[in-house]
Amino acid sequence: MKVEQTIERCRELIAEPLGAIAERWKESHPGGRAVACFPVWSPAEVIHAGGMLPLGLLGAGATVELTHADSRFQSFVCSIAKSSLELGFQGLLKGVDGLVFSNICDVARNLSSIYKRNFPHFHVDYLHLAQNSTSGGVADYMADELRRLARGFEEAFGVRVTEPSLAKSIELYNAIRARIRGLYAFRIAEPQKLSTVELYQILRAATQAPPEEALSRLDDLAAELPAREGRPKDRIRVVVEGAFCEQPPLGLLEVLEEAGCYIVEDDLFLGWRWFTSDVPADGDPFRALGQSYVDRAVPSCTRHEGREPRAKGLIEKVRRSRADAVIFTPPKFCEPALFDFVPMRQGLEREGIPHLLVEFEEKMWTFERTRNEIETFVESMLFD
Amino acid sequence: MPAEVKERQYQGKVHQLSRDMMNAWMAQLARANETGEPTGAIMISGNCVELLRAFDIHPIFPEVTALQNAIRHQSLPLILKAEEVGYSSDNCAYVKADMGLFLSGGMGPGTKMPYPTVTLCNYVGCNVYVKWFEHLAAATGSELFMLDVPFLRTSEPTAADVRYVVKQIEELIAVLERISKKKFDIDKLREILAYSARAEEGYARSKDLCKGSPAPFDSFFDAINMMGPINVLRGTREAADFFDEAVKEFEGMVAEGVGPLSEERFRMVVEGPPPYPYYRSFRNLFTKWGAVAVASTYSTVGGIWEWGFRHDPARPLESIAEQMLTENLTNRSIVARYGQIKRYVEEWKADCLVIHSIKSCRLFSAGQGDMREYFTKELGVPTLLVESDLEDPRYYAEAQLRNRIDAFFESLEHKKLVAA
Ligand code: SF4
Repeated sequence: MKVEQTIERCRELIAEPLGAIAERWKESHPGGRAVACFPVWSPAEVIHAGGMLPLGLLGAGATVELTHADSRFQSFVCSIAKSSLELGFQGLLKGVDGLVFSNICDVARNLSSIYKRNFPHFHVDYLHLAQNSTSGGVADYMADELRRLARGFEEAFGVRVTEPSLAKSIELYNAIRARIRGLYAFRIAEPQKLSTVELYQILRAATQAPPEEALSRLDDLAAELPAREGRPKDRIRVVVEGAFCEQPPLGLLEVLEEAGCYIVEDDLFLGWRWFTSDVPADGDPFRALGQSYVDRAVPSCTRHEGREPRAKGLIEKVRRSRADAVIFTPPKFCEPALFDFVPMRQGLEREGIPHLLVEFEEKMWTFERTRNEIETFVESMLFD
Repeated sequence: MPAEVKERQYQGKVHQLSRDMMNAWMAQLARANETGEPTGAIMISGNCVELLRAFDIHPIFPEVTALQNAIRHQSLPLILKAEEVGYSSDNCAYVKADMGLFLSGGMGPGTKMPYPTVTLCNYVGCNVYVKWFEHLAAATGSELFMLDVPFLRTSEPTAADVRYVVKQIEELIAVLERISKKKFDIDKLREILAYSARAEEGYARSKDLCKGSPAPFDSFFDAINMMGPINVLRGTREAADFFDEAVKEFEGMVAEGVGPLSEERFRMVVEGPPPYPYYRSFRNLFTKWGAVAVASTYSTVGGIWEWGFRHDPARPLESIAEQMLTENLTNRSIVARYGQIKRYVEEWKADCLVIHSIKSCRLFSAGQGDMREYFTKELGVPTLLVESDLEDPRYYAEAQLRNRIDAFFESLEHKKLVAA
């Protein structure tokens, strides 16, 4: 399949409501269960190992009007929390059986139990992912936490999550992550051949489809992309940082590119490409996956890493991708992103790396002011 | 509308004692800054201050520093200072006031507030704690220990949760031995825990006395006098003695049939932290209606003692782990809090629920609209939700608050009259 056709397919997929995707999958998997994961990281492998369909619960962007959720969550709460809850109120998750949240922030934490209260028919699990990166007890703890999640699925859905099936699912997701790493390396090398808007659609589609299907699409892309035409433009190379949970509107990514940026690194869909190298598939797979969450993790606003300061990972990203600047894109009201902005900015300033702050909301639909800001920033860099 | 209730009778011994004890603790911190004695920054929620005490490490509570600055109307310049270096207007203002204090040179050598030797992040539910202490440790150059306490996401903590916390406590003890240059003495810790248990007993008993009418103190506004001793000074003989005194005083008031106001007209449960920059004004908005908080959730952030949990000197590390895992408000879900409030409404015989929703603390506030829905629609408990902030004075709109509060109590009053 040609790259354009593959991306078109991705576009179609992500336009579908999550519930409809789950329902369609169930037609060919009678009795199957679908489980949606709220950002950032969830062990999709554990879900898949139980024969279930893992999906990404990524809010509703500008596609739904809030009619219930805004009376549950106040004005100072991020949009993804409200729109994700609204999906439940409007029945747009019909077909999804389970939801997984984790301790990324206080909002997600409260959302998890509010979901459970309002929609008792969902099997809702809340993972406490380790925040102590160096304790001697962390690997055991994480292994037990993933086993607990698996047991929950077994009890709720009558599925089985065995060690061999988990090992197989880990291999499958390792393969997906390796392909995604490949795409990121490709974009660093030849950003003119793969725009971030396209990469975004590819990645998002991978969270809205069975992993086997996602893998085959990624393989097609890996084969076809190098031959794609694309003339380099006079743009600056930037890292986009902050959109790891609430989804930036596509219009924002478009504006960033049109205003003169090649986005060569980002933290989009961070949880779906969490590991910097393959999760070992030998030994106890629960332990391997759990320990990898801590030891093979990408730097993230939602995991405390005691072994290195927050700015270090970002600076490395800038160097590795040969970026000229960083565009911070925290979602409005997102505490983890807004807090990390401070030390990251200080780190960049120490290194003399230019940066710009552009807050967004998933439901944002006009970008003219943002376009002006970015254009001014780009010009200042190009003509400096 | 009946005549306004104006005077507040209760200032009492408890108030003064608490103030003296907290001042003594602050003086100790100032001395530690001069002598270089080790200090440990730690958070209020579900804390393990007893461990610091076992090594004679002076505890610093950045939240208390922040709230004291707010009460003294000094928080805004500190918040603005932090915003100058990039903190967002949407970040928790406690953190901003604390980092603003650092940036303004109000902490560290030559000031009353020492830099911590160790920054002990008791991550008990609140995700902002993690960020706050990362920043504080980096700014002050102190060693950071992340004590990761799994959130209570099952009815009981799992065996793995308990093992993980106990393991980290053991690792923490090794760090504290190194920092304090003292060997861990389990008997000393047991003694400290016995004092803790005595204070917890007294705090629980005091709260229990509020079940009677009139309640002897306001369990939201006056509980602040007890929150210092129970959360900051817990594990000392002074704190244990303080609660003996408190119980005596409150029992006396119950016997005399007096409460904090000249008349107790409405019994409320209050959910959420207070607006520290306008503590008194906010209180007055309720006082005039004769509304007394008979129970509050904020008074349980450090620990929920009223359901019977006590630190146990016979199981020192395990009981510290249990308290952090289960026996405090912040490590429990917001929906578990609905259960806690429901119990207060029923057992403390409250007429209404007042939710003070604050922007800074999403742990408390995110989703309180759902809480209101539950109490009004499912339980039929009259519920008022008002918004401001616990630290940032810019979010306190007195006129608007007054209108909402007046309208709410007017309608409650009307209902009472109709029912009578
Ligand atoms: S956008 Fe930020 S605040 Fe909102 S749920 Fe995600 S991590 Fe939490």
